[in-house]
Amino acid sequence: MTSLLEVQNLTMRFGGLTAVDGLNFKVEKGHIHGLIGPNGAGKTTTFNMISGFYTPSDGKVLLNGEEISGLPMHHVANRGIVRTFQHSTLFGELSVLDNALVGTHMTFRPNIFAAILGLDGAARRNALDRARSSLEFFGLGGLEDELAGDLSHGHQRALGMAVAYASRPDLILLDEPFTGMNPEETRQMMGLMRRLCAEGTTILLVEHDMQAIMGLCDNITCMSFGKFLAEGGPSEIRNHPDVIEAYLGGARHVA
Amino acid sequence: MRNFLIWAVVAVALIILPNLVSFSQQEVLVFLTINILVVASYRLLTLTGEWSLGHVVIMGVGAYASALVTKELGLWVPLGILVGGASAAFIAFLLSYPLFRMKGFYFLIGSFAAGEIIRLLWKRFRDPFGGAKGIKGIDPMPDFSIGIYQFDFFEPVSYFYFSAVVVALCLWILWRIEKSPVGLTFHAVHWQDKLAQASGVNLRSYRTLAFVIASGFAGIAGALLAHYIGTINPNSFDVEVMVFVLTWAIVGGTGTFYGPILGCIVLTILNEIVLRELGLEQTRPLIYGLILILSILFMPNGLESIVQKFTRRKEAK
Repeated sequence: MTSLLEVQNLTMRFGGLTAVDGLNFKVEKGHIHGLIGPNGAGKTTTFNMISGFYTPSDGKVLLNGEEISGLPMHHVANRGIVRTFQHSTLFGELSVLDNALVGTHMTFRPNIFAAILGLDGAARRNALDRARSSLEFFGLGGLEDELAGDLSHGHQRALGMAVAYASRPDLILLDEPFTGMNPEETRQMMGLMRRLCAEGTTILLVEHDMQAIMGLCDNITCMSFGKFLAEGGPSEIRNHPDVIEAYLGGARHVA
Repeated sequence: MRNFLIWAVVAVALIILPNLVSFSQQEVLVFLTINILVVASYRLLTLTGEWSLGHVVIMGVGAYASALVTKELGLWVPLGILVGGASAAFIAFLLSYPLFRMKGFYFLIGSFAAGEIIRLLWKRFRDPFGGAKGIKGIDPMPDFSIGIYQFDFFEPVSYFYFSAVVVALCLWILWRIEKSPVGLTFHAVHWQDKLAQASGVNLRSYRTLAFVIASGFAGIAGALLAHYIGTINPNSFDVEVMVFVLTWAIVGGTGTFYGPILGCIVLTILNEIVLRELGLEQTRPLIYGLILILSILFMPNGLESIVQKFTRRKEAK
């Protein structure tokens, strides 16, 4: 059986710097898969290659066995991989509801002639329902008319995920979703991700919050300086000597 | 129902308006109507965040196309106007290939260069464009009657009514587009193109779509102008006119649909009534430049921000 997502020998060079070097891993359908590593390990670069924001220098990204590396980002999105961005990348000048409506773009393709003649009523209503249910899912139901830029940080992170979820992707890539959240918000967000996963969305996330990663992930890939370091379940990774070394810095040398 | 009443009052006011002003002001009204379509279509392009300096030249493409097909091929003028719009949209589509390899400031400069190339082609080729002297004796709209009113297109009032109907229809379409999911996607492309693309939006095709639609309506405006004044030349569509369009849009504000239209109306009134009364109409570029600078300094959100202040206050009460 092929995995939902498979990364083969993925490499990214920026001039003389090799940010990601021959990375291999697989994401199984229905899992929450974590990608961790110290700062500068190449996690976000890997994300950017999977989502089509960068074209890999070498290697392949396979979705259900089909190669998607090198496709532009909107094509990757149309194949069912939607991403969120580090920080709160939102349409700050648009309302919360409009943000979610942009997320429904792929399912309910706008048609300009139908729009002028008023023949797209059904599609617009369905898009609205979809957008509202996504907002509801992430606890933003009462904030529809607020400007996205005016929301609190926690709500902005949730909205970023609601926009991604509005397209009902197969795989959702979350780039540091817990950054800047307090423990209570983190706990709530973890609950939402478990629900998301239970509804059949596969999740791949990059995160520094180890508590969240260890509590959430079925499988964890650890990388360091662009290279694959270790893979396994939370308890394996926690006790893996290479991982401990990468994070705490050369225990052997100290000893 | 209330909306319907408001529009009925506006329509009656527009029918009465030209009968209250002098003959030369009736001409100004026709130009104002056409210019409103130019700025409103320009706003559609700015929705995607791109500002062009070629919009007036594209308008000229519509004017030349309509003038040529009616004069040389004897096409019926109303059809010629549609051909003008379609030609402008088509030229914009072709230009979109080189131009949308650029963004922001580079697009601005690129669109200016593309516009100048088109203008030079008009000047260079006397056949069919008439060279620097342009095209003269463009067919006027044929007169017709709708029972209660006899359209006589030697009268500016008649042409005002005709162009007002055409422009109103175009504005209605532009409004429908802006308020549709397509319009929302334009906004998304403008404010956060990365996130829009991650949501599956094809940025290139939406930028092109906005450019093509805006250009099509500019072409219709150009064709309306050509069949009114009867003679066009490359200098009718030079960068000076473009600067006026930019000034209308910036002074009015591009945050709302009515902003640029408001800017166009207010500045035209200022120009044609105040400056003309004072005998200062030759200083129009100077005054426009001053107004542009002052409005950027003291009214960065344009005239529309003043309107919004009043309407918000009313809502609060």
